[in-house]
Amino acid sequence: MSKKNEEYDFKWCPGCGDFGVRRALEMAMIDRLEETGLPIENNVVVAGIGCSGNLVHLLEGSQPYGFHGIHGRSLPISLGVKMARPELNVVVVAGDGDFLSIGGEHIGPQAARNLNVCAVIMDNGVYGLTKGQSSPTTKLGEITSSTPFGKIESQLNPLELYLTLGVSFIASGFSGQVRPLAKLITQGMEHKGFSIVHVQSPCTTYNDTFELLKGNVQKGIEPGLWEVPEDHDTSDKGAAQQLLQQGGVPVGVLYDDTFRPSMDQQVEQMWARAEPKTVQELVDAFEF
Amino acid sequence: MEMRDFVVRFAGEGGQGVVTSAEGLAQAATQVGYHALTFATFPSQILGGPTWTQARIAVDAILSPGDDVDVLVAFNQDAYDEHNSEVRDEGVIIFNSNEFQLEGDSRGFGLPFDELARSTGNNRAANMVIIGALAHLVDMPQRYLEEFVSKRFTRGRSGDEEIIRSNIEAMTLGRDHISESGLALGALAAPNPPDFAQIMLKGNEALALGALAGGLDFYVGYPISPATTILIYMERNLVGEGKFAHQVSSEIESITAILGAGFAGKKAMTATAGPGFSLMSEGLGLGWIAEIPLVVVDVQRGGPATGLPTKTEQSDLMACMFPAHGDVRMPVIAVGTVEECFYGAIKALTWSERYQGPVILMTEMSLAERVQNIAKPDLSQVEDRRRQVYEGTNGYHRYAGLELSPMPIPGNPGAYVANGSEHDDMGDTTHLASRHIQMTERRFGKLKLLEEDEYERDNVEESIAIMPWGGSKGPALEAYNQLKASGVPVGWYYTMYLNPLPPKLLEELKKKDLVIVPELNYQGQFASILRSQGVKAEAITQYTGLPFKVRDLVKRVTEVTEAVRKEAAGV
Ligand SMILES: Cc1ncc(C[n+]2csc(CCOP(=O)(O)OP(=O)(O)O)c2C)c(N)n1
Ligand code: SF4
Ligand SMILES: [Mg+2]
Repeated sequence: MSKKNEEYDFKWCPGCGDFGVRRALEMAMIDRLEETGLPIENNVVVAGIGCSGNLVHLLEGSQPYGFHGIHGRSLPISLGVKMARPELNVVVVAGDGDFLSIGGEHIGPQAARNLNVCAVIMDNGVYGLTKGQSSPTTKLGEITSSTPFGKIESQLNPLELYLTLGVSFIASGFSGQVRPLAKLITQGMEHKGFSIVHVQSPCTTYNDTFELLKGNVQKGIEPGLWEVPEDHDTSDKGAAQQLLQQGGVPVGVLYDDTFRPSMDQQVEQMWARAEPKTVQELVDAFEF
Repeated sequence: MEMRDFVVRFAGEGGQGVVTSAEGLAQAATQVGYHALTFATFPSQILGGPTWTQARIAVDAILSPGDDVDVLVAFNQDAYDEHNSEVRDEGVIIFNSNEFQLEGDSRGFGLPFDELARSTGNNRAANMVIIGALAHLVDMPQRYLEEFVSKRFTRGRSGDEEIIRSNIEAMTLGRDHISESGLALGALAAPNPPDFAQIMLKGNEALALGALAGGLDFYVGYPISPATTILIYMERNLVGEGKFAHQVSSEIESITAILGAGFAGKKAMTATAGPGFSLMSEGLGLGWIAEIPLVVVDVQRGGPATGLPTKTEQSDLMACMFPAHGDVRMPVIAVGTVEECFYGAIKALTWSERYQGPVILMTEMSLAERVQNIAKPDLSQVEDRRRQVYEGTNGYHRYAGLELSPMPIPGNPGAYVANGSEHDDMGDTTHLASRHIQMTERRFGKLKLLEEDEYERDNVEESIAIMPWGGSKGPALEAYNQLKASGVPVGWYYTMYLNPLPPKLLEELKKKDLVIVPELNYQGQFASILRSQGVKAEAITQYTGLPFKVRDLVKRVTEVTEAVRKEAAGV
């Protein structure tokens, strides 16, 4: 919503990482607008359910279309939007719980289809909106409201999962670095195929990881974030896998397959083989 | 004795040609001007397994698969054991004497289908041997058969002539063999061919074709019996610029993808059966609250969970009308004939566009697989009706007021958030009571836009009426015709618009002393929905996995009407 809407009754907590992600997405959409000349209405933001999904209502400035659906289903909704109108720029925004837990079943199929949408995932390692339960990216042993004796499930590494599932563009970013994050989102949107920009976006209320990510010299905390080296070959899946062995949180593009055709491109190629019939011809075929 | 119709049941094992024989007979009969209707069951295993299909051939239009079997074609011993009791006493049982021998049944006649087919040089002509034999039983002239074969196999290929010759020879062999037995059923009256063009197809094909004629743009689905054939038809035929058909990974993907496509301005549809429909529950609620046009087809099968995947039932009505949590009452169209499959699909798309929301199109297994001849639809009479589209500038309040409002299409000015949370007029989430009141009333108010005028009515002055829904229409109408002819005082109503009901129909029904609803479920679901709207309705139920028999309906309706009349008379 472009102006303050009195009726809208959700607010992010002060310091929430999602503020930075929102800013970065706005920047990326404005950059796109300036670069392509396509109006803002050419963008559709499909949001998951969570604190993160509320981003779709909190965008400032000129407004894209939004679809704020149901928990875990932003990817298949985006499939419908994109394949209905391939000319649109479709962006998914969702949290770690939404995207990786309840909605996890949809990542593999979109990767296999190479659906041409860009998913911006706000990973805070917790269910924020439902007040602090454990999520797939919560650390093993962590105590949360739903794991009073420590989490017994191991922590998921989403970047490894995306690589394994064959997502064709994978980037990792941090909500505290807005400009660089905007650049990653732009690259994701420009990528022809399924792109995921996985963002560390800390929850200041239930899982404040800012210090762990940025480090604190006084307390002797090494920063968890590290830059993907400039000479990393993004077309090399093996190299991306190796980078991920280093632990911590890489920042930058890990993998970018520029060769695979996207789903809409494949569908268009398919038409050439299909020889469409008119409805009249189809009716006539049942005549006797 | 002159006959106006006869029923043949083909029974055997999957892969023996049971279905192709029945459909071949239906084709032969319609080709020369008779009417045909088949009723198919599926084997429960992939290869082999017991299966049967019934074909009814008649001079007049056909309403039901037929209660009694005149001829059983038994492909193996098991088929004979299973089905011979349904053959009437004066009926005939043609058994495959290449498979087994039958003694002690005076109705039986052994025909070596495969051997006779082979002798013509065409191994695939076994079903023609059978058709030839059947033609003899009902005294069908040879020239009809020859006409059918030459039409069917004239395909402009070099082998046509040889195929026609071998098929005619096969039919003649079947005819000659059985004529030696002295068995006969009587003479089928001459056909009365309609003076309009016809097509012959399955219910699911008619439904898919109707959707295409109605301007469908976008289809996704996940395989499930008995809805899979719609997916397969769409994948092949819903192609080209601006169109899309695809198999997705689950019914959750189906419903959410068509939500996305409906939001993006397309006419979008999916088809499923019970288990898949249950998975769509949350998505249907989203379509209702966010006001997104889409159509979900539920091809009903039997039972909850995996239930009876290959049987027919009408037990999803409550689930279809109230599929989701929150205050939701979905528009429902339930089709009752192959022809209605075609026109119902067009109407469902029109409704969804007209009121901007989900519409459930209900059909059932017995219709999905039924082959029937229907009048060829005149496409020039079919309109591709689309939603009201917003054409203004940005800053639109999409959900303002209590009335339907034009819908913006992404890519064009008028950006808003389609929201599954309760929202204000721009689509932003809110918990204000005033907004929840407004939006709830807005959503229910739009149902008024779907109120239709037309419905079937007959003998309207009677205080007791029969009103079936969906696929029970055929047997119920046939029963009604018999009751009417024998003077049982009962009226007839029928509509495929179950929600909202045509208001004039509802007014009429409310005045009746009793509305009898034949339906294939335990609870009497439609009767209970009618009662909730002030109609004195009682169900006649059946839950065998099979359609009603006309005879049973006649008996049960007669019993009910007599009981009511006795009660009224204070007996
Ligand atoms: C089907 C369903 N189940 C559960 C919920 C409740 N719910 C809302 S948001 C949420 C989790 C959100 O976590 P995440 O996706 O990580 O988003 P965050 O709030 O952390 O940004 C849950 C479980 C729901 N809305 N729908
Ligand atoms: S609970 Fe956490 S994720 Fe949600 S708004 Fe507050 S800080 Fe952000
Ligand atoms: Mg989270």
